[in-house]
Parts: sequence; C-alpha cells; structure tokens
Amino acid sequence: MATKPKVIVVGGGVGGLWATIRIVERNVPVDLFSLFPVKRSHTCCAQGGINAVFDIKGQEDSVWQHIVDTIKGGDYLADQPPIRSMCEAAPGLVRTYDRMGVTFSRTPEGIMDQRLFGGVKNRRTAFAGATTGQQLLYAADEQVRACEADGKVTKYEEWEFLSVVLDDKGTCRGIAAMNLNDMTVHTFRADAVILATGGLGLIFGRSTMSTNSTGAAASRVYQQGAKFANGEFVQFHPTAMKGHDKLRLMSEACRGEGGRIWVPRTPGDTRDPREIPESERFYFLEEWYPAYGNTVPRDVASRAEFRVVRHMGLGVGGQDIVYLDLSHHPRAFLEARLGAILDMYRTFSGEDPYTGPMKIFPAMHYSMGGILVGFAKDEQTGGMQSIHPDNHQSTIAGLFACGECDSAFHGANRLGANSLLSATYSGMIAGDASVAYTKGLKNGSADTADRHFESEKNRQEEINQALISSDGTENPFALHRELGELMQEHVFVERDNKGLDKALEGIRQLRARSARMRVDDKATRVNQSLSWARQIQDMIVLAEVIAKGARMRDECRGSHYKAEFELKIPEGKFEGDPEFERYKAKWKANNEKWLKITVATHAKDGPKIDYRPVDLSVLAPTKPRDYR
Amino acid sequence: MADREIQFNVKRQDGPEAAPYWEEFTMPYSSGHNVVSALMYLREHPCNANGETVNPVVWDCNCMEEVCGACAMLINGVPRQACAALVDDLEQPIVLEPLSKFPVVRDLVVDRQRMFDALLKIKAWVPVDGSWDIHRHAPLISPNEQSIRYLFSRCMTCGCCMEACPQFQQDSKFIGPAPFAQVRLHNSHPTGSFFNPDRLHAIMGEGGITDCGNAQNCVEVCPKDIPLTDAIAELGRQTTIQWIRDLFVR
Ligand SMILES: Cc1cc2nc3c(=O)[nH]c(=O)nc-3n(C[C@H](O)[C@H](O)[C@H](O)COP(=O)(O)OP(=O)(O)OC[C@H]3O[C@@H](n4cnc5c(N)ncnc54)[C@H](O)[C@@H]3O)c2cc1C
Ligand code: SF4
Repeated sequence: MATKPKVIVVGGGVGGLWATIRIVERNVPVDLFSLFPVKRSHTCCAQGGINAVFDIKGQEDSVWQHIVDTIKGGDYLADQPPIRSMCEAAPGLVRTYDRMGVTFSRTPEGIMDQRLFGGVKNRRTAFAGATTGQQLLYAADEQVRACEADGKVTKYEEWEFLSVVLDDKGTCRGIAAMNLNDMTVHTFRADAVILATGGLGLIFGRSTMSTNSTGAAASRVYQQGAKFANGEFVQFHPTAMKGHDKLRLMSEACRGEGGRIWVPRTPGDTRDPREIPESERFYFLEEWYPAYGNTVPRDVASRAEFRVVRHMGLGVGGQDIVYLDLSHHPRAFLEARLGAILDMYRTFSGEDPYTGPMKIFPAMHYSMGGILVGFAKDEQTGGMQSIHPDNHQSTIAGLFACGECDSAFHGANRLGANSLLSATYSGMIAGDASVAYTKGLKNGSADTADRHFESEKNRQEEINQALISSDGTENPFALHRELGELMQEHVFVERDNKGLDKALEGIRQLRARSARMRVDDKATRVNQSLSWARQIQDMIVLAEVIAKGARMRDECRGSHYKAEFELKIPEGKFEGDPEFERYKAKWKANNEKWLKITVATHAKDGPKIDYRPVDLSVLAPTKPRDYR
Repeated sequence: MADREIQFNVKRQDGPEAAPYWEEFTMPYSSGHNVVSALMYLREHPCNANGETVNPVVWDCNCMEEVCGACAMLINGVPRQACAALVDDLEQPIVLEPLSKFPVVRDLVVDRQRMFDALLKIKAWVPVDGSWDIHRHAPLISPNEQSIRYLFSRCMTCGCCMEACPQFQQDSKFIGPAPFAQVRLHNSHPTGSFFNPDRLHAIMGEGGITDCGNAQNCVEVCPKDIPLTDAIAELGRQTTIQWIRDLFVR
C-alpha cells in the first residue's frame, strides 16, 4: 500500500477502546466514533466482574476449567478455538487492567480478590466494588486519552455511524456518519473499519441495557451484506427490577454473595415478606437444583421464575414478581460487597434491600448473537492465531466486529462475567487483525474512487430527507414501544411456534408502518427524533432476524427454549439407567440436527436463514447438561 | 385519581446563540416515574400544556442508572442526574434547566468538553509500557488504600460539582473540582505515582488548586459522594511539597 494506513473504530465501550489501544500501539492512527463521549458507554453498567483464572482461592481452578465452563455454558454452540484462546489470555488481560490502575477489590494480602458468579463452582471473577464495568471502561478510556495526547487518536464524539462505504468489489473503504449536533452527513476514508457498537437490548423495548444498545449499527452493516449469526440467542437475566424507562439489573453478584430467590408458598399471600416464616417460603431454585441452588445459570433461573409465576401462579401479589433476598446478611458485609447495587435498588424503587427482599423478574440482558466473524485456527495449539487478518473480520472484507455486537464466544448462552472479558479480548484481537489486514492491502482507501463516497453520502441524505419531509402518521417512539411489547410477548423466556408466527407477522406490519413515520422535531440541530426514527427502522430489521431464527430452531438450547421440543431429563435417573440412556440417545440425535450456527443473510423480503457447522475441536459434547 | 398529572416547567433553548424560553408540559400521573422516563413520555407526546404541538424537548442520557453521567441537569434548581430523580419525591411543577456552567447546545443538552479537556491536561491515567501482558500484576495495594481509591474512581464526569462551585464559571480559568479527584486517584497508584510531578504541575499554575475558594458546595451535590474536599486538601499538601522541590531542582 502506497499510503500510510488508517483505521476507523466505531464505538467506545471496552471493545472499541481496546481495539483503539492495540492499533495505536502498532503505529496506525485511529478515528474513533461514538454517539457520545466514550466514557459514557454502556459498559459502565456492568457491575459484577470479569472472569480470569488466577486460582487464588484454594479451589484448584484452572484455565481448562474456564474453557469447559464457557463451552458448556454456551451449550456447545460457539466455535471453540477462540474460546480456548480467550480463556488463556484472560489472566494477562486482567493483570493489564490492574497495571492500568483499576481499583480491583483486594484480599488482605493486597492482591486482586476473586468472587463467585453464576454457572460455575470456582471463585474466578475479579471485581471492583460493584462497578467493575465502569472501572474497566475508565481504565481503557484513560489509556485512549493518553493516545489522544500523543496525537494518535482523533475522537468523533456525538457522531452516529450510518453505513460503511463499499467499493466495486464490495470491500469496506470507509464509513458514512452523521454529526449529531447539526445533523449533516459526512463520509470518512479508512483502510479497515471496526464495529464495536454493543448490544441490541432495545429491540425488546425495555431491557437492562442503555440507550446506545439499539443494534441499529449492526443492522445497518447487515443490510449492506454482513451476515448475522445466532440472532435467536438472547439472554434473559433472572434478576431485574421494573421501570418505565429500563429494567434495572440487580447483578448476579447478589446470587453469588448468597442471595436467595423465593416466593410465598401460598398464592396471593399479602403479608409483609419479612413476616413470612421460613417454612412458608418456597426457595424454588434451592429445591429444584440442590447442587447449584441459587447460582444456577441465568437461563435456568429465568425459566424457573417464569414457571413459578406464570404456570404455578405464585408471583408476589399475583404479579410478574419474585423475591431476591439478601437481608439475612449483615449490613456491613452487604455495603462492602454490593453497596452500589443495593443503593441503586433503593434509589430507583424507594425500598430498602438491606432489611427486606427485592422484587425482581427476568429481562432481556445480552445478545449472544451478532455479526458473523471469522477466526484463523492455530493447528498447533488448538486455539486461534493471535494475529491474523481473518480474526473478527465480518463477511464484508475490511469490516471487523468486536464486543457485544459480534457473535463469537458465547454460543447459546453466556456465563456471567464472561462478556467484559470477551469484549476486551475481541477488541484486542480485532485491533491487531485490522492492522494485519491493512498490511496485506494492495490498494488503500486513498485509491478508492470518490464516487463511492459521494453516492453513499447521497443515499444517507435521502433517507434523512424522506423522514424529515414525511407527512406520515406513525410515531417512531410509539412504534418502538409496540416492537418491544411484541418481542416480550412472543420472543421471550418461553417461545412457541404459534407465538413466533404472530411475532413475524407483527414485525412485518411494523416494518410497513415504519415506512410511514413522521418526525415531530422540525429542528436542524440535535434532532434526536430523526436519529431515533432511523434507528427504529433498523431495529425492526434485526427483530425479524431474531424472531425468524427462533421460529426455525425447533429445539431447546441455552437461552432458546421451546417447551414443545424440550428433552426432559428422566427424574431420578442417572447414567447407566436405560431410561437415561434413551434420553441421551435422543439428545445426541437432536445435536446432529441442531448443533449448528444460524446464519442470516439480508434480503428484501426478509432474512434468509442458513446454518453452518460449529468448530468443536476442543471439547465435543458427550453428555447433556445436568444441573441437578 | 384518574386525572392526576405530572407538571413540568422546562427552560428551552433552540441553539447556542438562541434566547432561552420557558415551556410548560403536563402528562398523566403513574407511579415509579423518574425525570428521564417522564421526558421519554413527553418526546412521544410532544405537546405543551396549552395543547400545542411543539418540538420535543431534547436531553442527554444513556445508562439510566446513574453511572454514565450523561443526564445531569438542574432539577428544581439542584444539579443532579435526571434518571435518579424520582417524580414522587419532587415538588411540582418540576423545573428543568440545563446546567448553567457549560454552553447550551440545545434545550437540556450542554457541552461538557471542557471537563474531558481537563482530564487530558492533568494526565489522568497510569502510564503503562503497553497493553500486552508483562506477567506481573500492579504492585500490592492494601484493602484500605483500595477502598479510598475506589471512592475517587467512580467519578462519572457529570459536572454537578462544577455547577455548584462558585469559582467555576464559563469564562473563568479555574479547572473546577472534579479533575482534582482524578489527580488524587492517579497519584495514589503505586506506579501512577511515578508521574506525580506532571499531574501536580498541571494544577499548580493559573486556574489551578489555589483558585479553590473552599466553598465546599461540590461535595454537597456529588451524586457519588466523592470526597472532593479531601482530595483538594491532600493536593494542597502535595503541591506545596512539589513547589519546594521545584525550588531545589531549578
Ligand atoms: C446491567 C448490565 C450489567 C452487566 N454486567 C456485566 C458483568 O458484571 N460482567 C460482564 O462480563 N458483563 C456484564 N454485562 C455485559 C457487558 O457490560 C457488555 O456486554 C459490554 O460492556 C459490551 O461492551 P461493548 O464494548 O461491546 O459495547 P458498549 O459498552 O455498549 O459500547 C457501545 C459503543 O458504541 C457506540 N455506538 C453504538 N451505536 C453507534 C452508532 N450508530 N454510531 C456511533 N457509535 C455508536 C456507543 O456510543 C458506545 O460507545 C452487563 C450488561 C448489563 C446490561
Ligand atoms: S466529582 Fe461527583 S459531581 Fe463531580 S463530576 Fe464527578 S461524579 Fe459528578
């Protein structure tokens, strides 16, 4: 390449910031785009911690066990070489965070402490009070600011990514973005683009996520040809509190630190929960899953809550509520371990979680699916090659993805505290890969004809113009509410094909209506309604990917649950029992049919769904999951 | 009470140069609202109290759980995060204004770039040789020291303390209280402390720590209870020692 390379990173959560740091370390300048100052990114919401094996709790923990837990937690639906490499890299990454000054909680000896998190048996989670995500985000933000001081990073904060600019061969050569102050559209050249735009919780209306988590950016590149994988796999967090604006998460750390989930045994019990004696409380997780109790994986807990409330009619006050109780712990212990989380509950509910139980229910929390990305396998180690242009590259050449918007690592479900890790790790890998990719380019983006940039700019300006001058009747905010209601009704914790057909029909209607939207804001500055109207159109497109993937997948796997296709473990039967062996045979047959990654390709009349095999070379499934 | 309402009086401004004006809004009451969720209702129903359709009020927010710092504004005259301001706890009409110490971009959106510039100026980071693993942790930090550092590490650059500070003005040079917490934080890290002179020099000149008038308003309003005045007192000592050191080095 004749000119010096440049990379654009879109998104400044931990994923995008780590990518930026790595690229700058390789002496390539970065233009960093974000909807707002990167320090305000959604990553700041993460409370619980980040997984990395240090084996400091006398439990003989091992990296191998972390790999096994991640693979099994995801019900084998993720390619395994990247999982292996991520778990191996985890201790090094967390050490680096420590060196960057993260205020990790300490043991009496002054080293980083580790706590227990759901779905695993070992203390493997490093944490900084109850604001780990905020602390990791700030550490990465500070390092990027140091790069900025050296003139190696240019920030475009309060800019919205609209699309990638593709050349005649379909290679990514830059982006189109909108200045959110004056709403003008501009194009930018780059030799590689990394998308790190986070999750898509807002497709479910309200979720545990922030306003930046619309999935719109991922949807935009999907509509431009990037394939989207495993869309139907959405994690529902079992412990969220209700709100008009969002469903605030009560961290899994609450369960890790001994929180107990229960409902009154008597339906409609109106007593103050503190007055209900032990014997009249139904600790359903402890009763149903004695080995793990309250720390069963999230999907198991969410469905159990659903069952207790919707099928057994035991919801507190007849509502969608169960209790999460920490009030048996001393106040000082709770303040030290969970202070920020419990204060948040008090702030937003007005009730005191130190003396009585909290009221919670499952909420959309994390998208395992995302932009399909590749990896280069290292045949020697069974992991992935640490630097290779294929790593985290999407199906559009030159476009990479990292963080929650990619589809790697978590398969059908994600372990708690594994996604700060995957966002960090994938940011690092994608950053390195993008530089390796630019080195192999014959022609840089400087050689790309202007017309590609001009036509993309025109296309985007036309979308804006159509919305601003529209005399339609549909309100973009009302459409979003309806989309959320539809997804929570039919594409939620429990799914069935009748409901999913209704969801698909409803989504198509919403799509038609979204073509007749009206933007109430007539201003040319900071027009948030215009920006939202654009995003809702793109969210509807991804909603269809999620619902269609779910409709087609006739099985239960990880977070995706259809009662009709559940293979029930025969009660009281274990390996060797003929009944259990019959069950195992069915489970094997189901894997042959469904252990494959869903791949969606955009088409005018809706997503085209294909499947591709999973790389199971590290640990092939031999036994079904059993949390009894 | 079917016709109970929530009333707002909002100070609006169409752009940085435009004149501000007040506009009243009402919406149906429902329990559990905070100022952000109410503004969300109003943007879906952009109609003022006179029944006229108007441009929806714009404001910043992201996390909606008081950790991102985006939605700080004046609520009944107090600088705070809109997401954590429960309607049931507020006197009505609820008066919303943009923070006054920063340039207004539009309505309740202000430009706080000055705060991020300050973080650059004070070198608010722990220099590392690189992001790669060096197979070592940071040096040991006692649980006690960690818990003090943790207090400072939660600053979300919201600007409430800056708003409350009488010395910090749009046209004054004073760097404001929040950056001091970050100098205090990074100076106390075992390896961050290698660069203390750089950070101290950044707050020793004009607009630096000696411009603090000790009004102590900042700690009163900080939503994260960050001990800003402790930081300022501690840095007063550190800068004095640095000043004496500089005399000898010169
Ligand atoms: C409440 C909560 C608690 C959590 N707790 C934990 C935990 O304890 N441990 C754990 O491991 N994980 C946790 N997670 C998950 C984890 O926080 C996220 O998966 C992770 O932070 C995602 O980081 P990211 O870098 O991918 O994206 P984000 O942090 O979401 O950042 C997205 C970035 O993209 C930018 N962006 C988005 N769209 C555009 C656009 N169109 N144009 C320009 N910029 C754009 C935004 O400005 C932002 O900078 C939690 C999640 C939630 C919701
Ligand atoms: S110190 Fe407190 S009030 Fe000031 S910016 Fe930080 S969090 Fe906000």
